[in-house]
Amino acid sequence: MAGLTILYFAWVREAVGVDEERIDAPAPDASIAQVIATLAARGGGHAEGLGDPARLRAALDHRFAAMDTVIGAARELAIFPPVTGG
Amino acid sequence: MKYIAIQAGDFDPGVESAALEALGGGGVATFTGVVRGEGGLVAMQLDHYPAMTQAQVERIVVEAFARWPLLGARVIHRVGRLAPGARIVFVGTASRHRTAALASCAFLIDWLKSEAPFWKKEHFDDGASRWVEARAEDDARAQAWKS
Repeated sequence: MAGLTILYFAWVREAVGVDEERIDAPAPDASIAQVIATLAARGGGHAEGLGDPARLRAALDHRFAAMDTVIGAARELAIFPPVTGG
Repeated sequence: MKYIAIQAGDFDPGVESAALEALGGGGVATFTGVVRGEGGLVAMQLDHYPAMTQAQVERIVVEAFARWPLLGARVIHRVGRLAPGARIVFVGTASRHRTAALASCAFLIDWLKSEAPFWKKEHFDDGASRWVEARAEDDARAQAWKS
Protein backbone atom coordinates (compact mmCIF):
# COMPACT_ATOMS: atom_id res chain seq x y z
CA MET A 1 0.00 0.00 0.00
CA ALA A 2 1.28 3.42 -0.92
CA GLY A 3 1.97 5.59 2.07
CA LEU A 4 4.18 8.29 3.47
CA THR A 5 6.55 7.91 6.40
CA ILE A 6 6.68 10.97 8.65
CA LEU A 7 9.72 11.57 10.84
CA TYR A 8 9.96 14.13 13.65
CA PHE A 9 13.07 15.60 15.24
CA ALA A 10 14.06 17.71 18.26
CA TRP A 11 11.19 19.49 20.10
CA VAL A 12 8.75 18.55 17.35
CA ARG A 13 9.42 14.88 18.14
CA GLU A 14 8.98 15.51 21.87
CA ALA A 15 5.69 17.38 21.32
CA VAL A 16 4.18 14.86 18.92
CA GLY A 17 5.37 12.02 21.13
CA VAL A 18 6.68 9.63 18.47
CA ASP A 19 9.83 9.50 16.32
CA GLU A 20 8.04 8.24 13.28
CA GLU A 21 4.65 7.31 11.92
CA ARG A 22 3.15 6.18 8.66
CA ILE A 23 0.16 7.82 6.98
CA ASP A 24 -1.89 7.05 3.89
CA ALA A 25 -0.44 8.67 0.79
CA PRO A 26 -1.73 12.25 0.51
CA ALA A 27 -3.33 13.56 -2.70
CA PRO A 28 -0.79 13.70 -5.54
CA ASP A 29 -0.74 17.48 -5.55
CA ALA A 30 -0.63 17.96 -1.77
CA SER A 31 2.14 20.20 -0.45
CA ILE A 32 4.26 19.70 2.64
CA ALA A 33 2.34 22.55 4.29
CA GLN A 34 -0.98 20.80 3.60
CA VAL A 35 0.25 17.51 5.07
CA ILE A 36 1.49 19.34 8.17
CA ALA A 37 -1.88 21.12 8.54
CA THR A 38 -3.72 17.79 8.27
CA LEU A 39 -1.49 16.25 10.93
CA ALA A 40 -1.84 19.27 13.24
CA ALA A 41 -5.64 18.99 12.98
CA ARG A 42 -5.46 15.70 14.92
CA GLY A 43 -5.02 17.84 18.03
CA GLY A 44 -3.05 16.92 21.16
CA GLY A 45 0.70 16.56 20.67
CA HIS A 46 0.33 16.88 16.92
CA ALA A 47 -1.31 20.30 17.31
CA GLU A 48 1.35 21.34 19.81
CA GLY A 49 4.27 20.26 17.63
CA LEU A 50 2.88 21.13 14.21
CA GLY A 51 0.43 23.97 14.83
CA ASP A 52 2.84 26.80 14.04
CA PRO A 53 4.34 26.08 10.60
CA ALA A 54 6.48 29.23 10.71
CA ARG A 55 8.63 27.49 13.33
CA LEU A 56 9.07 24.35 11.21
CA ARG A 57 11.36 23.16 8.44
CA ALA A 58 11.10 19.99 6.36
CA ALA A 59 12.98 17.49 4.27
CA LEU A 60 11.49 15.31 1.55
CA ASP A 61 13.32 12.06 0.83
CA HIS A 62 16.41 13.35 2.68
CA ARG A 63 16.56 16.75 0.95
CA PHE A 64 15.59 20.04 2.57
CA ALA A 65 12.38 21.23 0.94
CA ALA A 66 10.31 24.41 1.08
CA MET A 67 6.84 24.19 2.62
CA ASP A 68 5.09 24.62 -0.74
CA THR A 69 6.90 21.62 -2.24
CA VAL A 70 4.51 19.00 -3.61
CA ILE A 71 4.85 15.58 -1.95
CA GLY A 72 4.36 13.73 -5.24
CA ALA A 73 5.86 10.25 -5.14
CA ALA A 74 8.11 10.93 -2.14
CA ARG A 75 8.29 8.23 0.51
CA GLU A 76 9.63 10.09 3.55
CA LEU A 77 8.78 13.51 4.99
CA ALA A 78 10.78 14.78 7.96
CA ILE A 79 9.51 17.71 10.04
CA PHE A 80 11.74 19.59 12.47
CA PRO A 81 12.78 22.99 13.83
CA PRO A 82 15.51 25.06 12.13
CA VAL A 83 18.79 23.19 12.47
CA THR A 84 21.37 24.11 15.14
CA GLY A 85 24.47 22.03 14.45
CA GLY A 86 28.10 23.04 14.15
CA MET B 1 40.55 13.81 -0.45
CA LYS B 2 37.22 14.11 1.34
CA TYR B 3 36.63 12.61 4.77
CA ILE B 4 33.28 12.92 6.54
CA ALA B 5 32.36 11.25 9.81
CA ILE B 6 29.23 11.52 11.94
CA GLN B 7 30.17 9.78 15.17
CA ALA B 8 29.54 9.53 18.91
CA GLY B 9 33.21 9.23 19.81
CA ASP B 10 35.86 11.90 20.23
CA PHE B 11 38.46 12.81 17.62
CA ASP B 12 42.03 14.13 17.72
CA PRO B 13 42.37 17.49 15.94
CA GLY B 14 46.14 16.96 15.68
CA VAL B 15 45.70 13.69 13.81
CA GLU B 16 43.12 15.28 11.51
CA SER B 17 45.34 18.27 10.80
CA ALA B 18 48.35 16.02 10.13
CA ALA B 19 46.33 14.04 7.56
CA LEU B 20 45.67 17.30 5.73
CA GLU B 21 49.30 18.44 6.01
CA ALA B 22 50.37 15.13 4.43
CA LEU B 23 48.59 16.12 1.22
CA GLY B 24 51.50 18.46 0.55
CA GLY B 25 49.58 21.59 -0.41
CA GLY B 26 51.40 23.75 2.05
CA GLY B 27 48.29 25.34 3.57
CA VAL B 28 45.94 23.83 6.15
CA ALA B 29 43.10 25.62 7.99
CA THR B 30 41.15 24.00 10.81
CA PHE B 31 38.25 24.82 13.13
CA THR B 32 37.35 22.89 16.27
CA GLY B 33 34.06 23.52 18.08
CA VAL B 34 33.92 22.79 21.83
CA VAL B 35 30.95 22.60 24.25
CA ARG B 36 30.83 25.72 26.44
CA GLY B 37 30.09 25.11 30.11
CA GLU B 38 28.34 28.38 30.85
CA GLY B 39 25.19 28.96 32.91
CA GLY B 40 25.20 25.64 34.73
CA LEU B 41 25.25 23.56 31.58
CA VAL B 42 26.00 19.92 32.36
CA ALA B 43 25.48 18.33 28.94
CA MET B 44 24.87 19.16 25.31
CA GLN B 45 22.75 16.64 23.45
CA LEU B 46 23.26 16.44 19.69
CA ASP B 47 20.43 14.86 17.72
CA HIS B 48 20.51 14.34 13.98
CA TYR B 49 18.67 12.75 11.06
CA PRO B 50 20.74 9.63 10.49
CA ALA B 51 19.39 8.77 7.03
CA MET B 52 20.17 12.27 5.76
CA THR B 53 23.14 13.64 7.70
CA GLN B 54 26.06 11.96 5.94
CA ALA B 55 24.73 12.70 2.44
CA GLN B 56 23.90 16.30 3.32
CA VAL B 57 27.36 16.98 4.78
CA GLU B 58 28.87 15.40 1.68
CA ARG B 59 26.89 17.86 -0.48
CA ILE B 60 28.28 20.73 1.57
CA VAL B 61 31.84 19.44 1.15
CA VAL B 62 31.32 18.97 -2.60
CA GLU B 63 30.14 22.58 -2.73
CA ALA B 64 33.37 23.69 -1.02
CA PHE B 65 35.44 21.78 -3.60
CA ALA B 66 33.47 23.47 -6.38
CA ARG B 67 34.20 26.92 -4.97
CA TRP B 68 37.88 26.67 -3.99
CA PRO B 69 40.95 24.79 -5.26
CA LEU B 70 41.14 22.28 -2.41
CA LEU B 71 43.37 19.25 -2.01
CA GLY B 72 41.41 17.89 0.92
CA ALA B 73 38.65 18.49 3.46
CA ARG B 74 37.87 16.66 6.67
CA VAL B 75 34.60 17.15 8.57
CA ILE B 76 33.77 15.35 11.79
CA HIS B 77 30.54 16.04 13.69
CA ARG B 78 29.81 14.30 16.96
CA VAL B 79 26.32 13.25 18.04
CA GLY B 80 24.88 12.09 21.36
CA ARG B 81 25.44 13.53 24.82
CA LEU B 82 28.54 15.67 25.30
CA ALA B 83 29.97 17.23 28.48
CA PRO B 84 31.30 20.80 28.77
CA GLY B 85 34.78 20.95 27.27
CA ALA B 86 34.07 18.12 24.83
CA ARG B 87 34.84 18.66 21.19
CA ILE B 88 31.70 18.77 19.00
CA VAL B 89 32.89 19.45 15.49
CA PHE B 90 36.04 19.55 13.40
CA VAL B 91 36.48 21.16 9.99
CA GLY B 92 39.82 21.11 8.19
CA THR B 93 40.80 22.08 4.66
CA ALA B 94 44.04 21.85 2.68
CA SER B 95 45.04 23.90 -0.33
CA ARG B 96 48.05 25.35 -2.11
CA HIS B 97 46.52 28.76 -1.35
CA ARG B 98 45.99 30.06 2.17
CA THR B 99 43.01 32.18 1.16
CA ALA B 100 41.26 29.09 -0.23
CA ALA B 101 42.03 27.05 2.89
CA LEU B 102 40.82 29.77 5.26
CA ALA B 103 37.71 30.74 3.31
CA SER B 104 36.58 27.15 2.66
CA CYS B 105 37.05 26.29 6.35
CA ALA B 106 34.81 29.23 7.34
CA PHE B 107 32.28 28.28 4.68
CA LEU B 108 32.09 24.69 5.88
CA ILE B 109 31.44 25.57 9.51
CA ASP B 110 28.89 28.23 8.54
CA TRP B 111 26.99 25.76 6.38
CA LEU B 112 27.22 22.97 8.95
CA LYS B 113 25.41 25.30 11.34
CA SER B 114 22.52 26.09 9.03
CA GLU B 115 22.43 23.46 6.25
CA ALA B 116 22.94 20.14 8.04
CA PRO B 117 20.28 18.24 10.05
CA PHE B 118 21.63 18.55 13.60
CA TRP B 119 19.78 19.84 16.66
CA LYS B 120 21.30 20.78 20.02
CA LYS B 121 19.60 20.44 23.39
CA GLU B 122 21.14 21.94 26.51
CA HIS B 123 20.81 20.23 29.89
CA PHE B 124 21.40 22.24 33.09
CA ASP B 125 22.42 21.40 36.65
CA ASP B 126 18.95 22.31 38.00
CA GLY B 127 17.37 19.61 35.83
CA ALA B 128 16.06 22.02 33.22
CA SER B 129 16.69 21.49 29.54
CA ARG B 130 15.99 23.44 26.39
CA TRP B 131 16.43 23.07 22.65
CA VAL B 132 18.85 25.61 21.25
CA GLU B 133 17.12 28.15 19.00
CA ALA B 134 18.57 28.80 15.58
CA ARG B 135 20.27 32.19 15.54
CA ALA B 136 19.48 34.75 12.85
CA GLU B 137 23.17 35.64 12.82
CA ASP B 138 24.13 32.07 11.85
CA ASP B 139 21.52 32.04 9.13
CA ALA B 140 22.79 35.35 7.79
CA ARG B 141 26.37 34.02 7.67
CA ALA B 142 25.25 30.96 5.70
CA GLN B 143 23.15 33.10 3.37
CA ALA B 144 26.09 35.44 2.73
CA TRP B 145 27.95 32.58 1.00
CA LYS B 146 25.06 32.25 -1.45
CA SER B 147 25.23 35.79 -2.83
